[in-house]
Amino acid sequence: MSIFSNVQTAPPIEVFALTRAYNADHNPKKVNLGVGAYRTDEGKPWVLPVVRKLEAQLAADETLNHEYLPVLGLDAFSKAAVHMLLGTDCPAVIDNRALGVQSLSGTGALFVGAKFLQKILGYDTYYYSAPTWGNHKLIFDTAGFKQGRAYRYWDPATKNIDFDGMCEDLRNAPENSVIILHACAHNPTGCDPTDAQWKQIAEIMRERKLFPFFDSAYQGFASGDLDKDARTVRYFAKEGFELFCSQSFSKNFGLYNERTGNLTVVMKDAELAAAVLSQLTLVVRATYSNPPAHGARVVAATLTNKDLFAEWQDHIRVMSSRIIQMREALRDRLVKLGTPGTWDHITRQIGMFSFTGLTPQQCEYLGNEHHIYLLRSGRANMAGLNTNNIDYVASAIHDAVTKFPAA
Amino acid sequence: MALLNSSRRLGLSLRSVATPAAARCSSWWSNVEMGPPDAILGVTEAFKRDTNPNKINLGVGAYRDDNGKPFVLPSVRTAEKELVEAMMDKEYAGITGLPDFCTMAANLALGEGNRWVQDGLNVTTQCISGTGSLRVGAEFFSKFFTGPKVVWLPTPTWGNHIPIFKHAGMEVQHYRYYDPSTCGFDFEGAMQDIAKMPERSLIMLHACAHNPTGVDPRPEQWKEMSSLIHKKNIFPYFDMAYQGFASGDCERDAQAVRQFLNDGHCIALSQSFAKNMGLYGERAGAFSLICSDKEEAARVMSQVKILIRPMYSNPPIHGARIVSKILGTPALKQQWLGDVKLMADRIIGMRTKLRDGLAREGSTRNWQHITDQIGMFCFTGMKPDQVGRLTSEFSVYLTKDGRISMAGVTSGNVDYLAHAMHQVTK
Repeated sequence: MSIFSNVQTAPPIEVFALTRAYNADHNPKKVNLGVGAYRTDEGKPWVLPVVRKLEAQLAADETLNHEYLPVLGLDAFSKAAVHMLLGTDCPAVIDNRALGVQSLSGTGALFVGAKFLQKILGYDTYYYSAPTWGNHKLIFDTAGFKQGRAYRYWDPATKNIDFDGMCEDLRNAPENSVIILHACAHNPTGCDPTDAQWKQIAEIMRERKLFPFFDSAYQGFASGDLDKDARTVRYFAKEGFELFCSQSFSKNFGLYNERTGNLTVVMKDAELAAAVLSQLTLVVRATYSNPPAHGARVVAATLTNKDLFAEWQDHIRVMSSRIIQMREALRDRLVKLGTPGTWDHITRQIGMFSFTGLTPQQCEYLGNEHHIYLLRSGRANMAGLNTNNIDYVASAIHDAVTKFPAA
Repeated sequence: MALLNSSRRLGLSLRSVATPAAARCSSWWSNVEMGPPDAILGVTEAFKRDTNPNKINLGVGAYRDDNGKPFVLPSVRTAEKELVEAMMDKEYAGITGLPDFCTMAANLALGEGNRWVQDGLNVTTQCISGTGSLRVGAEFFSKFFTGPKVVWLPTPTWGNHIPIFKHAGMEVQHYRYYDPSTCGFDFEGAMQDIAKMPERSLIMLHACAHNPTGVDPRPEQWKEMSSLIHKKNIFPYFDMAYQGFASGDCERDAQAVRQFLNDGHCIALSQSFAKNMGLYGERAGAFSLICSDKEEAARVMSQVKILIRPMYSNPPIHGARIVSKILGTPALKQQWLGDVKLMADRIIGMRTKLRDGLAREGSTRNWQHITDQIGMFCFTGMKPDQVGRLTSEFSVYLTKDGRISMAGVTSGNVDYLAHAMHQVTK
């Protein structure tokens, strides 16, 4: 008898299943608002020109080889990533208390960080926003955390943050709980706390001795401004918090499949850095030994060269502004159509995603009837909208909402 | 070593930092103990500090050309240039990576046109090189294996096997493998230990070019092991990090894997393209499970994906695209086969030169194992004190177990090495 006889079929992961369904659909009007990847106004993936340029350079450079990177990654890359996140004027950076570990994009940074917290520091409780990115829970559970709890976040009634609920849940969190916070452009809601609200959150966390683990997947991509999108993490760092922050370069560099990321560690005491790094080294070594070089080389070269950096900032502004335009366009059309409900949240929200407020039934209808694919939660990738499909999508949403009014 | 290395990396100073007045709670990290330094890294660090012009680094686990330099395979350079011209996108690969890469990797291991791939019996996923592949495999066995959650590893084995499996929640046991008295394979010992393993155990086998000893079973010994393992209903997990790199012949290096499949085993296989394509830092590897039917393969595949998603979501594409381009383009594949043979031949040539050099030096010891062993590494049989002398007196750097990386040997240093080895062993 096979050793695999008892292996059950695992449930499909929704976002990938959605892409499969979209790909299998032959309707010419189909729209993919599922997986979080940027699209141009032509609905195509966009490899950033600065990335293409660098890749051509790298391929032509006969002095470059493919030797192993150190376990903790490409030095120049992680240093630049830390600086990009915290700013070179951050006290932690100046005092050499900010470390960087190159990781397998955002997921990899979260996993390595979570594994360290669980295995080395013995933390067993984590909190995630309700809702949060679909993979957060799986990552932390897999890393060995015993308790995963939600903190209130999205209020479907106001289509905004349930701030009081969030604060109450954080106040009730046991000491040493790891709190997953979205640095900006919350996934999936697109709703971020205000600066004043972040201040309050920080105070609660300081008082309750809660550990901040930021997820920064959209720095620059959200507002178009790197510093603006990092202001919350920087605030916490300046306030003396020790924290982890996972950084992804998938979206802001369009390097999705090169798995380029960084785990930033902010510590109070630089003398403890060596021990911490040595333990992170062991986690990495037993998981994948050392990270892939290619994406890190591209990012490092860009971040450390003035001209390339300027070119890249341009690309970020192109992407973020197109998305903002599409948000406005969608909201305007829904308002014009008189679609029941309020739609201001679409333009109030920021980043790749909008929590549209559409119900699972409405979303399913959009998929089956109109060949518009989005997650059952109502999360829609705004980058999937363009000048060619915006009218179609708006009228389809109107149709879905009027046909299946939300209770 | 790790401490100095890392502090240099980020310009850390180790002086105490005055805590700002605003901070009140103590650091979260005070109980973090220093992790043990990596033994192999230590060798390289010490080598770097040595100012002796004759110094040799035999700790390196990456191929070097006859000038001691890293070698980017010509076929790889060509493939990379072609990829740039192709202007491909950077969209997320699926969780299991590039489908073409997976199929080609499996076919490379199992043979073109093999019936397992043709019949869709293989579950193959792209992984983060060999380590990543082993970790996915370890996680899978830890979660789903219905035999004991123990992996039997040869003695000795690649150092990282142990933490990989332990981190995945598996226990580790050892079976006899290397015979220090012959510097060869302890076939009797291995067979005895296999015979004593509980039914439905999981056994790790190095497909070729055993790391760290370079000692491989002979074909007829593989046959007997296969038979006994089958009889005992033991599950074979092959680690193949050196296909092509060992003998210079990809087909030959995969013989053990194919033997077991032909004998009716369902196997697990981890492949790395770090060495045979020189793609070390690009992390191209694959994990395969051979299942008994398509339906089972579908179930297994669905679970493998769940294991990968929380670790890193989907794999890095660059290295896999290079591998796919090479294996999928006949002319490039031919060129690559030549490149890998070149590497293997250089290593084999150095083995011969070293052995001859020792004879010329007047050594009366039996050094046959140097040429009997295969692949990157050679277990010389030298003792720790001899190793210590090699380092302190001759600036030859290697690990305490007497393992040398043949990749660090060149026509420029082989005579010096032979001389040094003779001096400490006569």
